[in-house]
Amino acid sequence: MREYLLGNVAIAKGILEAGAGVVSGYPGTPSSEIVDYLAPIAKEHGIHVEWSVNEKVAMEVAIGASWTGTRSAVTMKHVGLNVAADPFMTLAYLGVGGGMVVISADDPYCHSSQNEQDSRRYAQFARIPCLDPADPQEARDMILRAFSLSEKFGLPVMVRPTTRVSHARADVEVGLPTKRVDSPKFFKNPPRRVALPVHARPLHAELLEKQAGIEATLAEELWNRAEMRGEVGIIASGIAGLYAAEAIAELEADLSLLRIGTYPIPRRSVGDFLERLDMVLVVEEMDAVIEEFVEMVAKERNPDVKILGKRSGSIPGVGELDPLIVRNAIAGMIDLPRKMAPKMSPEALTILPPRPPTLCPGCSHRAAYYAMRKAFGKDAVFPNDIGCYTMGVGMGTVDTCLCMGASITVGSGIRFGGEERPICAVLGDSTFLHSGLTGLLNAAYNGARMTVAILDNSITAMTGHQPHPGTGRTACCELSPPLSLEDICRSLGAGSVDTADPYDLESMIGAFERARDHPGLSVVVAKQACVISAMRAGVRRPRLAVDSEKCGGCKICIKFGCPAIEFDGNVAKINALCSGCGVCAQICPEKAIEVVK
Amino acid sequence: MRTSECDVVVVGVGGQGVILISEIIGRAAMMAGLSVRGVETHGMAQRGGSVINHIRVGCSFSAMISPGSADVLLAMEPVEALRYAHYLSPQGVALVNSRPVMPITVTTGMASYPSIEEILAPLRGICSQVKPMDATGLAEEAGSPQATNVVMLGALSEHLPIEEATILSALSETVPARFLEINKKAFELGKIEVE
Repeated sequence: MREYLLGNVAIAKGILEAGAGVVSGYPGTPSSEIVDYLAPIAKEHGIHVEWSVNEKVAMEVAIGASWTGTRSAVTMKHVGLNVAADPFMTLAYLGVGGGMVVISADDPYCHSSQNEQDSRRYAQFARIPCLDPADPQEARDMILRAFSLSEKFGLPVMVRPTTRVSHARADVEVGLPTKRVDSPKFFKNPPRRVALPVHARPLHAELLEKQAGIEATLAEELWNRAEMRGEVGIIASGIAGLYAAEAIAELEADLSLLRIGTYPIPRRSVGDFLERLDMVLVVEEMDAVIEEFVEMVAKERNPDVKILGKRSGSIPGVGELDPLIVRNAIAGMIDLPRKMAPKMSPEALTILPPRPPTLCPGCSHRAAYYAMRKAFGKDAVFPNDIGCYTMGVGMGTVDTCLCMGASITVGSGIRFGGEERPICAVLGDSTFLHSGLTGLLNAAYNGARMTVAILDNSITAMTGHQPHPGTGRTACCELSPPLSLEDICRSLGAGSVDTADPYDLESMIGAFERARDHPGLSVVVAKQACVISAMRAGVRRPRLAVDSEKCGGCKICIKFGCPAIEFDGNVAKINALCSGCGVCAQICPEKAIEVVK
Repeated sequence: MRTSECDVVVVGVGGQGVILISEIIGRAAMMAGLSVRGVETHGMAQRGGSVINHIRVGCSFSAMISPGSADVLLAMEPVEALRYAHYLSPQGVALVNSRPVMPITVTTGMASYPSIEEILAPLRGICSQVKPMDATGLAEEAGSPQATNVVMLGALSEHLPIEEATILSALSETVPARFLEINKKAFELGKIEVE
């Protein structure tokens, strides 16, 4: 049947069609909608779907499942694979039982990410196959093929969608779900499942021996296809292959095209293609993975072919490609005129007010930051982390952002490096449970004198409101054991642990002041539900309004930065976005903001 | 040669219901037996940021529209129309909701919001037709400002290579039944506005 599907939903349906029994993941844009789609229907399909606490955990859960003979899939964003790299690398030695697919979604242009790393490199690094879909249909088809390849070679197989595949929609042909395997069982086999050195050495050799077979099999996949139309050609991967095909159609040019959809790259197909060309343009997003390979193969098969790509400056090395960039690179190669997008006059562009993503109206993070600034002063050091709260960068309380969980550890290092000023590390509840726990334990163990603020909104908000152990329910809406962040922090060795509600500014400031004055490691939990979750749960608070008689026009509320507060003439005004958190009423020196009765 | 029958860039602010438009058009295109591609903004930018969706009807290449090629720029918000105007083809049409949504940079006084004429003048310089309309006002007239996106869909409908009846049945399948009457009225008001 044919359906109009989001790329990630096409992937999820592929997982169901393949009869997987276990799907795990940690939320991360652009990968999150795969588990989001599967979790609510897991029960009816008799499969286990979970949001794990981090990507390493998710990977290991999927590995364990695969070792029972059950097909499994694990989802994450590209940087999540760094967290999961440890089990991932050794899994290639030990191998899988039931087919196992690792979905690592890349984000060229860093739409919602801290870097532009290329997961294809990881697949090469681990020496496992990687499939690189160009669109939602290929994503679904590749998932099915990935499971069978995984079982054929006894290895995990990576499927690497990018943002423009995961978040694309298209009419996709999908089939019906199949049932998971019967009678799964873990078979004891220490030489295959225990990575002792004595076992690892022969398994490494075995992994290398598999490579030729993998390359030969992948070379036949229909995603690697050449169309010969002349001595000038293009080699393009994934979505870039579609951009190139469209450009060739639009330009009505006689150009040969080799599309690559699998890794390791089919050496013979590339060589055969290069042999018939005078000039070739390599088009790919992110790293020059194919381009480097083409340079190598060209030395053997056609040293005279002229190679254009990232190294020649024809294709940009950063950001994402689009049809125009690719069209113009191709036109440039064959001396056709470049097409220019309409240029706006510089004056027209200067009138455009920027519209950056911001914390929501009524977001408790804004209030927590306000209280933090009051207690610690702007001169303190604020190591930050990954989550919605990073968007508070304009408030002066976000000094670093490196990777998940790094706020506490980087803060500790800043202290041990010799910084004397107060340090308040900030991270969210989901991030704390993902990889902040070990950092807090380390800070306590090694005596880091600092404060850790956990902004606890009880949800993984940024990626689309996925639950975590602190939420109290699982991905499939089962109740989970109650969890106290405060008890965890005390157990890990924090000397002082305090909780306050950011909507109650006075008590929030008080909590931060006590934490600041504590001589060792202190934790403050700023606890208030995410304003979007609260709204969805039916919480309605009375809105606020400015008494224009009392408003002195000082703009203190405006500087607070809530999108619900505007300046109108000489006075502040509260617009329809107000969610009724009431924090602005507490910061107004004139007491001019009041609840609308 | 043309590589798509109709390329539409839909822009607005996170939370304005841009994705719903893409869903309805996609469904309608499939009912009409046309191949369809789209791409959406998810993640960080959805938090009150500027969002852009591409929709390509009768296209079997990628979902991304080339800058300078869009047949229609459907803007749920005036400055967002200008921000993404470079996607328009010189023969293209800009359908622009004239009701602003103030960005945080304006409400906090770091930037100012241009007048509607300052926004429309450069738009007129780069495409053949610019049609401003108070889509939010029309949605209020239909019964809910939330239906602004469907007013815009109504305005867009005559530019799509899909029968109106097909778009309406896709609309009925997509929006909750209790809001269907409001949405049908919103669609009609949007359509009439550009006739």
